[in-house]
Amino acid sequence: MNQTQQSHCLDPDDFGILLKILNEKGYLTVGPTRRDGAILYDVLESMYDLPIGWTDEQEAGIYRLKRRDDNALFGYNVGPHSWKKYLFPSKTKLWSATKKGAGFEIDGEADAPPTYAFIGVRACELHAIQVQDKVFMGGIFQDPIYTGRRQDCLIVAVNCTQAAKTCFCTSMQTGPKVNDGYDLVLTEIIDEARHYFVIESGSDVGADILKELTTSPAEQDDFQAAATHIENAKKQMGRTVDMTDIKDVLYHNYDNKRWEELEKRCLACGNCTMACPTCFCSNVEDVTDLTGEHAERWRTWDSCFTMDFSNIHGGSIRASIGSRYRQWLMHKLATWIDQFGSSGCVGCGRCIAWCPVGIDLTEEVKAISDSEEGDRNGTHQDN
Amino acid sequence: MNKINQKPKLAVWKFASCDGCQLSLLDCEDELLALADEIEIANFPEASRAFIPGPYDLSLVEGSITTPEDKERIQDVRRQSKYLVTIGACATAGGIQALRNLKDVKEFIDIVYAHPDYINTLATSSAIADHVLVDFELRGCPINKRQLLEVITAFLHGRKPNISRYSVCIECKRRGMACLTVTQGAPCLGPVTQAGCGAICPAYNRGCYGCFGPTETPNTESLANWLLDKGMITDDLVRLFRTYNAQSSAFKKESDRHE
Ligand code: SF4
Ligand code: SF4
Ligand code: SF4
Repeated sequence: MNQTQQSHCLDPDDFGILLKILNEKGYLTVGPTRRDGAILYDVLESMYDLPIGWTDEQEAGIYRLKRRDDNALFGYNVGPHSWKKYLFPSKTKLWSATKKGAGFEIDGEADAPPTYAFIGVRACELHAIQVQDKVFMGGIFQDPIYTGRRQDCLIVAVNCTQAAKTCFCTSMQTGPKVNDGYDLVLTEIIDEARHYFVIESGSDVGADILKELTTSPAEQDDFQAAATHIENAKKQMGRTVDMTDIKDVLYHNYDNKRWEELEKRCLACGNCTMACPTCFCSNVEDVTDLTGEHAERWRTWDSCFTMDFSNIHGGSIRASIGSRYRQWLMHKLATWIDQFGSSGCVGCGRCIAWCPVGIDLTEEVKAISDSEEGDRNGTHQDN
Repeated sequence: MNKINQKPKLAVWKFASCDGCQLSLLDCEDELLALADEIEIANFPEASRAFIPGPYDLSLVEGSITTPEDKERIQDVRRQSKYLVTIGACATAGGIQALRNLKDVKEFIDIVYAHPDYINTLATSSAIADHVLVDFELRGCPINKRQLLEVITAFLHGRKPNISRYSVCIECKRRGMACLTVTQGAPCLGPVTQAGCGAICPAYNRGCYGCFGPTETPNTESLANWLLDKGMITDDLVRLFRTYNAQSSAFKKESDRHE
């Protein structure tokens, strides 16, 4: 085992010490906390800000918090927030300027963002961060806001030991076990005898932090227990998507009747895109004050479900709601592959749970591929 | 001509309304002086008795048309105004008072007034755009003062106002709130209501009441089906759509469909 990869056991009562160490090193610790009937991401001042002893139950369009019968620190799955809240904030002032003579002067530099330590990042979420890394930092142009927040950010990941009914990371090969891209990863083990974490480091920074914690060495039994717990999440996986030839299947079905059904059901409210951890679209808007002396340029999250999103000379090119849903689904699962070399969906299920009318993309994909099969059989018979 | 005389003239007009939207203009306390520097407030009875005759560069119209006199008066306002912007749910959709459109007004008058013959009112409350050409409709009950300033600023600088027509949900999610419909099954009109308020009600644990009227492409039918399916009774559904924007075409169609 090299210096970077160290494995230990950590007592849950000592989790607070980890947060303390991170704070002392200058990190702003952010992670899951219970608020407004959900588990949201916010600043964690102590381990007691975590939703200890709580869990969530999720279905299409439904999310409910429930008490657990233990004191698990991470006994739930993903909620409405994702880490893009910090890396790609929903509203950012890009710059502002004041009129000066015939020209204008750009007002002072924006404040430097804090150095974040993300606590409790799940496997699908790490993949989502990697997807956005590619979007914002992978091309010729790098987004300075994203890069500035991402480069020194520390990731404390958590392996899922249970899955929500809306989860399908196994289909997307993004979880439930964390594979890379973390500084520390924890597996929370709760059985009759014990409640503890197996904690492993994945970077030098992580290994150094681990050294400062009071831990005991992890044994074979502990790894076995961790593997069994992660296996449990796989077994509970609520949904699946058949990803075989997904790109071709969707490309063939530009005119599928199913889009008309979605035209009837989808509200074009944009909740799915706002909740999705990979959706990256934004709108840039200039505002002036009454005098016209001062102007500001703001970037806000945008959604392909709005009319303005595809508004070009003469009007919106996606006037129907069905065409907007199709654009979204096609991008997530098909055109994203051509554009960025991976799927734009990581199987977190947020768009399913947070759709106010419970539209489920896994169901939609299935309906489309099933009809495709029908078509194929039909063609076959004709020949 | 000095600078004072070159300032565009603003007039504020009141029709059937509660004055709440005009109040949003007075509520622009910090900006009011800057506004007075840029624009000549030529007629704004709620703020001042001073009156400067028309024509006006910009007219803000609050309230709906409910009387024969007002039906005439709005024509006169239009004739005197280069740009006419309606402010609020009353002026853009008839307001809460448009609930009268569903009933027999004469019957109300007979019950309420000692001398019904003194009352001269129309059978309906209607939007300003039903009577005259409107250059821009600013939604809300009441309107949002930021949006009002944006409309006035855009007018002053000859550009299009940045007023989005997408859903309240987008503002709700940008604020990082957990959706009430999903976490509690609360009826919320957010998905079919135009943004602008900043999702105030969801932030105070109340479903959206639809104050800003329907979105650009409101799918009220799907939302209604979902709510009924989740156990909402038809009467409540009808009431949900029949408030401040009851007569806006999408909300009206939906409530009528369930009656
Ligand atoms: S498309 Fe849906 S399931 Fe996939 S990553 Fe986005 S929110 Fe998660
Ligand atoms: S799929 Fe659902 S969440 Fe997304 S825009 Fe349509 S109704 Fe809204
Ligand atoms: S609470 Fe209302 S406005 Fe907010 S996301 Fe849910 S449905 Fe939309």
